[in-house]
Amino acid sequence: MSTLTNGAKMLLECLAREGVDCFFGYPGGVTLPLYDAIYDHHIRHVLVRHEENACFAAEGYARATGKVGVCCATSGPGATNLVTGLVDAMMDSIPIVALTGQVTSKLIGSDAFQEADTFGITRSCTKHNYLVKKLEDLPQAVHEAFYIAASGRPGPVLVDIPKDVFQAQGHYTPVTSIHLPGYKVYTEGHTGQIRRAAQLMAEAERPFIYAGGGIIAANASAELRELVEILDAPAVTTLMGLGGLPSNHPNFVSMPGMHGSYAANMGMTHCDVLIALGVRFDDRVTGRLAAFAPHAKVVHVDIDPAEIGKNRAADVPIVGDVKRVLAKLNAELRGGAGLQACASATDALAARQAWWSQIRAWQAEHPLAPVTSDSEIKPQHLMMEIDRLSAGEAIVCSDVGQHQMWAAQLIRFNAPRLWINSGGLGAMGFGLPSAIGAQFARPDKLVFALVGDGGFQMSIPELSTIASHGLPIKIVIMNNGYLGMVRQWQELFYNNRLSSVELDCFPDAEKLAAAYGFKGRTIDKPWELASALEEAVREPGPYLLNVKVSPYENVYPMVPAGGAINEMVLAPPQPVAVPK
Amino acid sequence: MLQIISLLVENKPGALMRITGLLSQRGYNIESLTVARTLDPELSRMTIVVDVDSTLRQQVIKQMNKLVNVLQAVDLTESPAVRREMVLVRVRTVQETRTAVLKEAEIFSARVVDSSTEGFALEATGDPEKLDEFIDVMRSYGEIETTRSGVVAVSLEAKKLKLQPPVLTEQRA
Repeated sequence: MSTLTNGAKMLLECLAREGVDCFFGYPGGVTLPLYDAIYDHHIRHVLVRHEENACFAAEGYARATGKVGVCCATSGPGATNLVTGLVDAMMDSIPIVALTGQVTSKLIGSDAFQEADTFGITRSCTKHNYLVKKLEDLPQAVHEAFYIAASGRPGPVLVDIPKDVFQAQGHYTPVTSIHLPGYKVYTEGHTGQIRRAAQLMAEAERPFIYAGGGIIAANASAELRELVEILDAPAVTTLMGLGGLPSNHPNFVSMPGMHGSYAANMGMTHCDVLIALGVRFDDRVTGRLAAFAPHAKVVHVDIDPAEIGKNRAADVPIVGDVKRVLAKLNAELRGGAGLQACASATDALAARQAWWSQIRAWQAEHPLAPVTSDSEIKPQHLMMEIDRLSAGEAIVCSDVGQHQMWAAQLIRFNAPRLWINSGGLGAMGFGLPSAIGAQFARPDKLVFALVGDGGFQMSIPELSTIASHGLPIKIVIMNNGYLGMVRQWQELFYNNRLSSVELDCFPDAEKLAAAYGFKGRTIDKPWELASALEEAVREPGPYLLNVKVSPYENVYPMVPAGGAINEMVLAPPQPVAVPK
Repeated sequence: MLQIISLLVENKPGALMRITGLLSQRGYNIESLTVARTLDPELSRMTIVVDVDSTLRQQVIKQMNKLVNVLQAVDLTESPAVRREMVLVRVRTVQETRTAVLKEAEIFSARVVDSSTEGFALEATGDPEKLDEFIDVMRSYGEIETTRSGVVAVSLEAKKLKLQPPVLTEQRA
């Protein structure tokens, strides 16, 4: 029989058994018993400066490793501050477990001090959630939470624990099995459908691979690469899937969608077989659905049955873990006579070659070209320099907005889990705290927090966390003095009436960094850029580099909202010459 | 159009909230909802009628099936099923119309569950359209008050219940 313990210690025991080595949180009244247990426990607790950032840091940890990220907050305001991060993890299918304290169970429902209906509030922003009312239910709930978060389509799970449950005395009984009869996880994929998919791919004249975040979540990049090479098909990865196929792979076309490349969007539009892998046909990718991939038969592989047919009907739907399904598909394609027969047919071969020539022509016609200037730093120039220093190996944690799009277009990633961003929710303030989580998860890696001047100012409190742990994060601010993406839309669609988008009074970066005890610098000349970034990377500790870029640059190509993706605006509208 | 969903649900705290929340979150309007225990006291059977575009019916079922506490979600809109509803009607009658009201009730196989000098309380069951007619008829006799149960439905086909077996913690990784 185990020794008598309390709920708080039991919770930490559960976390240890789940392999948690560090978690991110902020204490409060009802979590006092938990923090007392944390005081001398081997699991590392990282004190952030705002609960929202605990959630984003847990996401950064999870995104960088594939392991479940853990965050912790007190009741009431602590729990409500987690909500944005939970929705973010829900939208991007990131496995995290959020632990919240709750008021003593007898007080629940009495509008007690710092009481909020966390269970109710987080119902729609978690994959599942628990309110643990008895100590004996705690271990089961915590282990179930980890299981649900990591299995199937990953997502956030919250466990709400009243103060008296933390304090209650009891014995820890190891949980040996998890029984969730209604929790259905489909992993294998239907053999018949896989065969049909292989047949369709083998016969395709203009195949096109559309791979997303599911490839990263399933650790299926090797299998994806194999498929790409067997079929020798052009492939795009979505914003969530960047790194799923190495950016320097010859078959990699780039990112599709609203700010995707010309070749990617044209390829999607003209292909005859679209191979959709771990994607959800998001509106930012498809543009106007009715005009999306109009000639294509669609093979759709996803672990979540509800994603199949949600936005675009699939001709060959396959519900399963994309890693396992791809392994079977690749075996089918390699072994099947279909591909060889097809590939050797001169007609098909000629069609495939013509398809590749077309793709290459589109790429040459409108490449995602670097833009530079002699007098000012172009945002694209900044991305190219980060790319040069990273060489496809650094972790880049991006915030949300124009810089995120430029980074996604121009920075290369040789492997999955290097590009970390808030894709579905588009939560500003994500970049810097997620970099904290990523750096704790991967101390060996060079980590950039690439942020705009807007998102950075949402995250300033976390400079303390970075300083306190001496995290060698390179914070690079792409500072254009505006909420650039909102301004871009105001320029293009609201008659250039720039309403509440100018961010004046930005702090002096050098002094700001110095106030936290690390180095910082502001630059605005293009010839300073390379050396300033190199200096930042060389610095053993944190570094804050404020890069003032040309303020009016906008992100292109661009598909206006509701437009078809082949109707891209490729460059800014030319100014009309005004006669003198 | 109206979709009839039959759900087998674990009797866990918050299960009802998850289901109604999911429907409202995705913009589907609930017409009626009934819930009660099954033979197994740990499980409940729900019948939900939702107003939803017919193209979204499958999506609703898939989303329901994703809920951890939902063991089975079945669309009964077009499959062989019996759909019944109950209504309680309080009708105020004057002396002259009492017999006529009782006659009408008989036509609809409604039962008198309370009788007073003020009038009757009647109980009728049937398919929802039939109950609409019954209510219309009763209304013609004067002031009425009604409470409808919402549709309960049972499938006439045996649907195999697929449950996830327990997972041993050592096997998880």
